Amino acid sequence: MNPLNKELSIVLSGEAGQGIQSIESMLTAFAKNAAYHVFATKEYMSRVRGGCNSTEIRISRERVTARVGRIDILIPLTPESIPHLRERISAETAVIGEKAVVGYDRMIDLPFAAIALEVGGVVYSNTVAVGAICALLKIDRAGCEAGVREFFGGKSAEIQDFNVEAFRRGYERGSALVPEVAIDIQTDPAVGDEIMLTGAEAVSLGAVAGGCDYVCAYPMSPGTTVLTAMAEYSKRFDIIVEQVEDEIGVANMAIGAWYAGARALVTTSGGGFALMSEAVSLSGAIETPLVVHIAQRPGPATGLPTRTEQGDLNLAIHAGHGDFLKVVLAPGDLEEGFSLTRAAFDIADRYQSPVFILTDQFYVDSYYTTPPFDVPDAPPERHTVRTSADYRRYALGSADGLSPRGLPGMGEGIVCVDSDEHDEGGYITEDTAMRKAMVAKRLAKIAAVRKDILPPRLYGDPRYRVLILGWGSVKRPVMEAMAAIGLPYIAYLHFPWVYPLPDGVAEYMAAASTCIAVEGNAGGQFADLVEFETGKRIDHRILKNDGFQFTVEELVERISALA
Amino acid sequence: MAENCFDFDEKRDMAWCPGCGDFSIRLSLLAALKELGIERDRLVMVSGIGQAAKMPQYINASYFNGLHGRALPVATAIKAVAPDLTVVAEGGDGDMYGEGGNHFLHAARRNPHIALFVHDNMVYGLTKGQAAPTSRVGMLTPVQVSGVIADPLNPVALAIAMNVGFVARAFSGDIEGTTRIMKRAILHKGFALVDIFQPCVSFNKLNTLQWFKANTYALEPDYKANDRAAAFARALEETPFPLGVLYESDERRPFEELLPVYREDRRPLRERSRDMKALRAAIQEKK
Repeated sequence: MNPLNKELSIVLSGEAGQGIQSIESMLTAFAKNAAYHVFATKEYMSRVRGGCNSTEIRISRERVTARVGRIDILIPLTPESIPHLRERISAETAVIGEKAVVGYDRMIDLPFAAIALEVGGVVYSNTVAVGAICALLKIDRAGCEAGVREFFGGKSAEIQDFNVEAFRRGYERGSALVPEVAIDIQTDPAVGDEIMLTGAEAVSLGAVAGGCDYVCAYPMSPGTTVLTAMAEYSKRFDIIVEQVEDEIGVANMAIGAWYAGARALVTTSGGGFALMSEAVSLSGAIETPLVVHIAQRPGPATGLPTRTEQGDLNLAIHAGHGDFLKVVLAPGDLEEGFSLTRAAFDIADRYQSPVFILTDQFYVDSYYTTPPFDVPDAPPERHTVRTSADYRRYALGSADGLSPRGLPGMGEGIVCVDSDEHDEGGYITEDTAMRKAMVAKRLAKIAAVRKDILPPRLYGDPRYRVLILGWGSVKRPVMEAMAAIGLPYIAYLHFPWVYPLPDGVAEYMAAASTCIAVEGNAGGQFADLVEFETGKRIDHRILKNDGFQFTVEELVERISALA
Repeated sequence: MAENCFDFDEKRDMAWCPGCGDFSIRLSLLAALKELGIERDRLVMVSGIGQAAKMPQYINASYFNGLHGRALPVATAIKAVAPDLTVVAEGGDGDMYGEGGNHFLHAARRNPHIALFVHDNMVYGLTKGQAAPTSRVGMLTPVQVSGVIADPLNPVALAIAMNVGFVARAFSGDIEGTTRIMKRAILHKGFALVDIFQPCVSFNKLNTLQWFKANTYALEPDYKANDRAAAFARALEETPFPLGVLYESDERRPFEELLPVYREDRRPLRERSRDMKALRAAIQEKK
């Protein structure tokens, strides 16, 4: 095996509850502390114990933010791990672990459990494995040992000592393998200033930055990741976090919270969001903001609960009966997760409308090293007014359809909102002229928001011949594939703001001889939207619907075949 | 100026049928709000859909008239975000016990300081005469053409079973009695249910004003409302149904008081702003 000098792909595989998570947590933390760029993504079955799950960790001298198919080192913890990952195991893959347990001929035997027993118990096996991998990477041992102590900081000194000893033994055994598994990857000192977090955490920090002070949800994978993260921040940032009886209650509660002066966030997945449709329409009708994070997973119905897909775009765009403004944002990387979620609260508040943030399981669960996010000094601006005695919530007359939003209890006026068609004061009306005026008021907001639409971002040479169009989490896989292909005439047009579709897309497309859409769903929902809005054809659609994110290799192959 | 600040100066076109019990319930509510001395800008009325749910239209105060069955999650959020406001939720039996049944159960669990007034006329009015969750077995309707076969929901027994701290049944024909009960419900620090019997002059030919008079009785003056088991037994009584405050207890603390955000800071959320320094620190902790 030639020395791996650019990057390393390590895959850990085993049953749920077997401890993959603790190996992953220690390994990624130690690699980052050693100034490597780190990326990790996991795939898991919809069960609490057993099954076969895996985590991929990439350790690199350069920023890595996508999933690869290739496995350089595989640490299988169960016999099932081998067939589970068969297609990804090659002659170059070093399979390291307990031969007696895994029963795979072509593996390098490293009896984690036996070593752990010498230390004090099988429970230390995972720490032995971490030690072995750190040795292969030649990460400074003393630094890691301090890290092991920190990782087990909540446990007794004795348990910490056992773990440090387990790490040491693993490290020694790993060092002995160095000639067999040669790794020589440079570090990047800049990583020292970087942060490492999941997509769910990026979205949550963005919500905090956007002034979110109320979170309500009904638990549903993978949307729960944001609920949990927000619960963790709730005490520090004075956030009310409420688990509601059902998704219908969730969305109505969030709108009620906005009405009373909170900035509420809902987090869910497609099936849960489907139940919120009527409330989305309510938000549009009463012009009260709503922010919903939808972490997509494959449907229809319950689908594949723990897998990934970008199949809810049509659901989001078409959610709610009637005509009113809806905004769909879709982060493609961690920075966008932070900045778009922050922006979602401002847009929702300013335009008094529902805003959706579309992520997916791959996005919320994956994490990597990235520069810290920019935080402004000033707290988020509130787009609400103190009312006077003659205040009318739906005062007509503005060109942009917006009427100042007052809050009950803030001023001398009263704030009346009604899901029925209403007059300027908010009272029910069936007056035809008033109906027309209120429809026009709501439609004016759809026109008005265009000045604030974030334009798509072009990556690559503007003199492109092949243009790839994409949204959400395909961004990083596409960009890494483009870099690997290395053809200067391919460019990527990324849409952080998906709906209403930004202006100028037809012009971008006209400049290309071939347009390719890349998205993780069965039919090409975004490609349909682009074709519908621009009247231009997308020549090819690269789609995926098996529940996994594209690997870089897969995209290299499929894009190369078309470009 | 109207004599009552919650009334309107001008006459309003009300969508209720002539003779509807809703008019009496409105008079009770106006009287209760006035007698309690609540300020107009401190009240939020919350409702769903139906004829009863139109009540906020005819009360001169802030209101949120949302979706069918969904008043309680909205009201709970308003009280949680702005505990300084008085929140009253109002609707019909179909709105609160049918479409909103799940929210009713969970509002009872959470126990926010909200008074819930349910107009219980044992029939669907706005959709023109179908069965309600409280319709009596055997009632003939354009949909239940062979008569209702499902047992009626008993809202007061359900509320006592859920340990709601204020459970009462009123009768729209008794405006003063309903006013007295409403006042106590609004003052109760927690979730309070007042199920208000009310004739539907257009669609319920069975449970008429006379029927309600003949099939109800007032709880005795010396009735003790603090015994939950006894209250439950009374709540199970039917034809005649007891009227009055069946159960009252202040042992549960309201939802909004238990929220950690108000432990050290009593200000409603609208008066707060985000600590951006703490956010920057939280991001740095991801290093």
